[in-house]
Amino acid sequence: MVADTPPERRPADQFLRGMRAAIPVVVASAPFGVLFGALAVKNGLDVWETVAMSAAIYGGASQMVGIELFNQQIAPWAIVLSIFAVNFRHTLYSAVVGRNVPHWNTLQKAIGFFFLVDPQFAESERQVERGETITFVWYMGMALPVYVFWVAEAWIGGTFGKMLPDTHAIGLDFLLPIYFLGLVLEFRDRAFWLPVVLTSGASSIAAYVTVGSPWHVSIGMGAGIALAVFLTPAGPREADR
Amino acid sequence: MSSVAWIIFWGALATYASRVGGHLVLSRFERVHPRVEAGLNAVPAAVLATLFAPALVGAGPAEYAALIVAGFVALRGSFLAMFLAGAAVLIAGRYFIG
Repeated sequence: MVADTPPERRPADQFLRGMRAAIPVVVASAPFGVLFGALAVKNGLDVWETVAMSAAIYGGASQMVGIELFNQQIAPWAIVLSIFAVNFRHTLYSAVVGRNVPHWNTLQKAIGFFFLVDPQFAESERQVERGETITFVWYMGMALPVYVFWVAEAWIGGTFGKMLPDTHAIGLDFLLPIYFLGLVLEFRDRAFWLPVVLTSGASSIAAYVTVGSPWHVSIGMGAGIALAVFLTPAGPREADR
Repeated sequence: MSSVAWIIFWGALATYASRVGGHLVLSRFERVHPRVEAGLNAVPAAVLATLFAPALVGAGPAEYAALIVAGFVALRGSFLAMFLAGAAVLIAGRYFIG
């Protein structure tokens, strides 16, 4: 009976709470979704190819890399390889989230992991950090609005790209860094948090300046994770847990 | 199939493979080595740091003020309050400082 269920466990409430987690993501990623649409059309895709790319690949940085390579006479398989390389970090997300959703069935996992983009991963881990279960309903409550807006923005950017507003004046271009800073602070109780943040932050800045975007993400991430691995003793004592 | 459609199809498949692959591999192991455990535990902080740190390059006073205020609000207030406070400082800073 519904009356016996604690309010926070009701599916409708879970879905709404997921949607609430989606709000800052939708706001902060909107300029990038629209920008992708505008750039894709500028690089020779038609509007429907642009929308299909956002809907099927659903990964901002890799989509940008994809369209950047389209008009450079690069072999299609090399573009696919670049998209894969940029998105390879998602293997770690699914490894981490997968351990926290043993209550999902196979179909839920097959559907859920499709939506496992950066903010979806971070918010899911935030649920764990708060001691809450990642219910499938909560997860989709967050995933669906983010996805629907992302795909719609590709259409908007592709259709009205030439009429883009000044995103700098209204601060839209800098909302994602603020959002990600807030998220990174949510994990401050974890082991090696500060050394990992400093290492990943510094090496991503170095890679951003030298190698360029979006490779600074994989490089900085690798450095921070490697640090956590090496700071952990490999002794048998810890293996008992 | 046009080359654009071909790229979108295989790009989407490769991306989906990366989003399920980690779980498929890790779920085969009954026991996870403590170092792997520590590495996985560090993934959120590591990736989130790389997503905001490069924004410090080329950031001006308005951007720094926004990050500092958002950082302090994050330690005390709710997540949404952090986000709105940072955005408000950013917009105000850019309006008054440029």
